[in-house]
Amino acid sequence: MVIGSAEAKPTAKSPRTKSSKIDWLIGVGVLAILAIAPLFFGSFLQGMITEVLIFGIFAMSLDLLIGYTGLASFGHALFFGLGAYAVVVLGVHFGFPPFLGILAGIALSVVVAVVVGYFCIKVTGIAFLMLTMAFSQLFFSIALKWRSVTGGSDGIGGLDRPAMFGLSLDDPMTIYYFVLIVFLIAYWAMRRLIESPLGHAFVGIRENDMRMRSIGFPTARYKLIAFVIAGGFGGLAGGLYGIYTGFVSSDLLYWTRSGDVLIMTLLGGVGTLVGPVIGAAVFLLAKSYISSYTDHWILVIGVIFVFCVLFFKQGIYGKLLAAWREKMG
Amino acid sequence: MDFLVTQILNGLVYGVLLFLLSAGLSLILGLMHVVNLAHGSFYMLGAFFGLTVVHLTGNFWLALVIAPVLTSGVGVVVERLFLRQVYQRGYLDQVLLTFGFTLIFYDLVKWIWGGDIYQLSAPLSLIGSVPVWVASFPKYRLFLIAFGFALSILLWLFLDRSRLGAMIRASVDNSNMAAGIGINVYRLFTSVFALGVGLAALGGVAAGPIMGIYAGMDAEILIVGFIVVVCGGMGSLLGAFVSSILIGEADTFGKAYLPDSAMFMIYVVMIVVLLTRPTGLFGIRDQE
Repeated sequence: MVIGSAEAKPTAKSPRTKSSKIDWLIGVGVLAILAIAPLFFGSFLQGMITEVLIFGIFAMSLDLLIGYTGLASFGHALFFGLGAYAVVVLGVHFGFPPFLGILAGIALSVVVAVVVGYFCIKVTGIAFLMLTMAFSQLFFSIALKWRSVTGGSDGIGGLDRPAMFGLSLDDPMTIYYFVLIVFLIAYWAMRRLIESPLGHAFVGIRENDMRMRSIGFPTARYKLIAFVIAGGFGGLAGGLYGIYTGFVSSDLLYWTRSGDVLIMTLLGGVGTLVGPVIGAAVFLLAKSYISSYTDHWILVIGVIFVFCVLFFKQGIYGKLLAAWREKMG
Repeated sequence: MDFLVTQILNGLVYGVLLFLLSAGLSLILGLMHVVNLAHGSFYMLGAFFGLTVVHLTGNFWLALVIAPVLTSGVGVVVERLFLRQVYQRGYLDQVLLTFGFTLIFYDLVKWIWGGDIYQLSAPLSLIGSVPVWVASFPKYRLFLIAFGFALSILLWLFLDRSRLGAMIRASVDNSNMAAGIGINVYRLFTSVFALGVGLAALGGVAAGPIMGIYAGMDAEILIVGFIVVVCGGMGSLLGAFVSSILIGEADTFGKAYLPDSAMFMIYVVMIVVLLTRPTGLFGIRDQE
């Protein structure tokens, strides 16, 4: 899980080689399976995949910050929470349709990211980590105390999900496909972003901030842009989660939630965009599987984390990639 | 007037407890560049060890000594066997590792002691209140203030005057150079980790009679500890002390005069400090 390690580096602008053709085939295969999955899998697995896709967007957005810009945030749950709150609060109190709620959530996340980012990008490294954590806790304490709007730790639920384009969002199948489509758009957008000049500037900052500055990039502004974009996608993921569960409580903003998404991102492999989605899948499946066997699933998850840090240095995807390359020569 | 005095004293009590936690956090960060997310867990572990010692012996003072020693032992095991493996890697791996330990300790504590909220009883000699100027204040809390200040002075003397303290300060400034002149930096890491963990555990026991002991107390105090360290400046003991008192007072007054705002005041302090001094009150420069 070393940032910028040779294996985990993004292969930006790589020519279409044999292996990238295979990557493409794998991508199409996975997409095909996801597209027809609800026809074969039961409702449990369908819900599981929906959740994985939502948290996949969330983890990818964090990867933009950690893997590509080199800014390790421990407060990313803030944006997820804002997105979810926007959908549910606006829906329950004002009858906003969920679709508008998501847009409002993204807008809210972007605005908050500008303000929080303004403070946080003044420092780097460990200080950045702790500052983002503190800011997300600030919003947690607001959500906890502002009970009339947020419902505090009890949360609010009962989101009315009116039909959209003739499809009811109360139907898990509709939500599944809706989330899948949004996921694909988000993935495409983030992939395009990291291959764009802006994305290359982010990677430049990760590799050497000072050199970027000396060749004329106002890196502070670029970092803020990265923070805001990541926040916006985080808000999008949160909004989807709000629609999916129809319920939100202050727990969603607690700092351990930021830890969870950080784990997903690192577990999967930073700087790969695909890795964090795999990380999200492994994390959520492990959590659901282990918790059905033992009450002490938190303990087991903790042991797994420790194990992963010690033995999976590049994350799961990085490890797979390295093994694959070795096999291919 | 008596309300004001009481609040100032309460703020000091909270500040002193925060210092016990954040002194170790800050030292570990400054020396080892490790963000120890498990620091709150050691605070909790100390409190629960203290609880068991009090249950077995009925002696609070014994708990105040034994619990930190036991917790330090656990800390040394964590540092030697696990943390040491990832020193050469980025700080994110250490964050991940210590986050894993917060989950492990949380679950273990819940397993062993259950999910109830316990309260330690203060030692008999410290039950009751004494008049302080115009107000009346619980003896135990007064003891905590005195205890905390005494410990702070001892800690300062240790770091500033002892040979080991000089070695620690040298390694905080430049650990490569320190290793070059023959200081065993890794052994120093273990000592500082044990010291920091022990202080956190001491804080956990000391807080037992006034703040309660429960699984989950770790995550709550950790964030405040981080804010103290961020505001004080990483690696600075003086910074940790000043900032602990500042945050302790801010939180107490915030809760007293604006009950709805609760933790909010702490964040206001944090934002004001960081706007004026991004690296904290006594931070020298960015640690990266």
